[in-house]
Amino acid sequence: MTTQILIAGFGGQGILFSGKFLAYEGLIEDKNVSWLPSYGPEMRGGTASCSVILSDEKIGSPIIDKPDVLVAMNLPSLDKYEDSTVENGHIFVDSSLISREVKRTDVNVHYIPATKIASDEGLTGLANMILVGYIIKKTGVISIENLEAGLKKVVSARKQDLFDLNKKAIELGYNYEK
Amino acid sequence: MSEKVLMKGNEALAEAAIMAGCHHYFGYPITPQTEVAAYMAKRMPKIDGGVFLQAESEIAAINMVIGVASTGKRVMTSSSSPGISLKSEGLSYLAGCDLPALVVNVQRGGPGLGGIQPSQSDYFQATRGAGHGDFHTLVLAPNSVQEMVDMVFKGFDLAEKYRIPAMILSDGTMGQMMEPVSLDMGEIKEYDKSWALTGTKGERKPNIVNSLFLEASELEKFNFERFERYKQIEENEAMYEEYRMEDAEICVVAFGVASRVSHNAIDEARKQGIKVGMIRPITLWPFPKKVLNAAADKVKAFISVELSMGQMIEDIELAIRCKKPVELCNRVGGMIPSTAEVLEKIKEVNGGVK
Repeated sequence: MTTQILIAGFGGQGILFSGKFLAYEGLIEDKNVSWLPSYGPEMRGGTASCSVILSDEKIGSPIIDKPDVLVAMNLPSLDKYEDSTVENGHIFVDSSLISREVKRTDVNVHYIPATKIASDEGLTGLANMILVGYIIKKTGVISIENLEAGLKKVVSARKQDLFDLNKKAIELGYNYEK
Repeated sequence: MSEKVLMKGNEALAEAAIMAGCHHYFGYPITPQTEVAAYMAKRMPKIDGGVFLQAESEIAAINMVIGVASTGKRVMTSSSSPGISLKSEGLSYLAGCDLPALVVNVQRGGPGLGGIQPSQSDYFQATRGAGHGDFHTLVLAPNSVQEMVDMVFKGFDLAEKYRIPAMILSDGTMGQMMEPVSLDMGEIKEYDKSWALTGTKGERKPNIVNSLFLEASELEKFNFERFERYKQIEENEAMYEEYRMEDAEICVVAFGVASRVSHNAIDEARKQGIKVGMIRPITLWPFPKKVLNAAADKVKAFISVELSMGQMIEDIELAIRCKKPVELCNRVGGMIPSTAEVLEKIKEVNGGVK
């Protein structure tokens, strides 16, 4: 089984970081993983994206043409990648930043006001990890069991407060009910 | 030690160089290679005798490499396409002085300043000896983060074994992506370095490292000797990987990121009943001519998938003595062919040769 996850939004939303967390979770679960960032002009304020592939098989191209899971953290990203998402795939939308609905009817659509939840809960800047929690819940692409082990790989041990905040954000997303 | 960690290709390459005993690095920043220099800047000061130096230019950096290489120590520089052009004079001097060193090119689109997205359009420059005079650089083309590490070890080893500069020809994708990587490297082989400038201590005649020979017959002799070594390298060191070639009727040839995309396209084509496989050159010089020539007796056609206007395709045609048609599937300027585009080309070639 291979899952191709494309996370896209503005630079500064933690797109690459959330992708790195997912990749580490995959590694902990003994999957083959690849993580490919967009780099260059987009990084400096425009759209940023991150391609994460988790697979039980050897991974060929690290480039994602057709995502199984699309995570849109701004409107331009939803506009750009909605059509390329595979049939019966998943599209996650931060509904506090994107006002329109997903047009596709052949995919599983998940709306979550991640940015609003983050700001209400004192987790400003962690909408990305709230989304990650919601992805884990809705797709089961990785197990929630290894949450702490994965976080330890991406958050420096010296920053315990950041570790706790990230964990809280993931759990909020995981337990989110409409 | 065998625990796998996630690292960016550029960072894994830098760490591998340090582990391989390269404690001298000279560089100058350029996207998409900058992480190599940044990593070295962080790590080298913590190593006993470690030197990181950001030179005033690429030209200065490669000349510092010549200096360290002449003492027999492992040394590296890295850059991206426009910077490698600047280093090409130094590469010629390294070759002329028979010095081992490792030069890394994380390619971006060109010509000129070009762009910063991935490319493979420095193939000719790398494989034909990037500079004046008759010479070759050993060229290694990794297609994963793990190979970014493995090729560093291999590059230093072969450079010292044959006393030639080695180049890692990578691209922006390989440099920027993260994959699990193991930094196990095995033992470092020791080669004779009695030629190195290490100080005579008044006990031996001075060694001379030099590429200037005003006596034509003498210069000819050194060129002939050097090409004897190149012959051995071509005979013994060509590396490649075969994928689904057992019963293949079409042979894709691709390296680096192009081979990763081709891997997906081949799996897809196989599902549709097309007998296609891949020969992936791991060394671009020496080019794996023998395996390609042998394949030419079995397959109907070749497809060269590359991020250039068609450079490696010439080496394929030479290797197979033009026995079979070779089609080009390419994107350039920082664009990468999609799986669908490569698949389409495979289908087209399959239809055409039936």
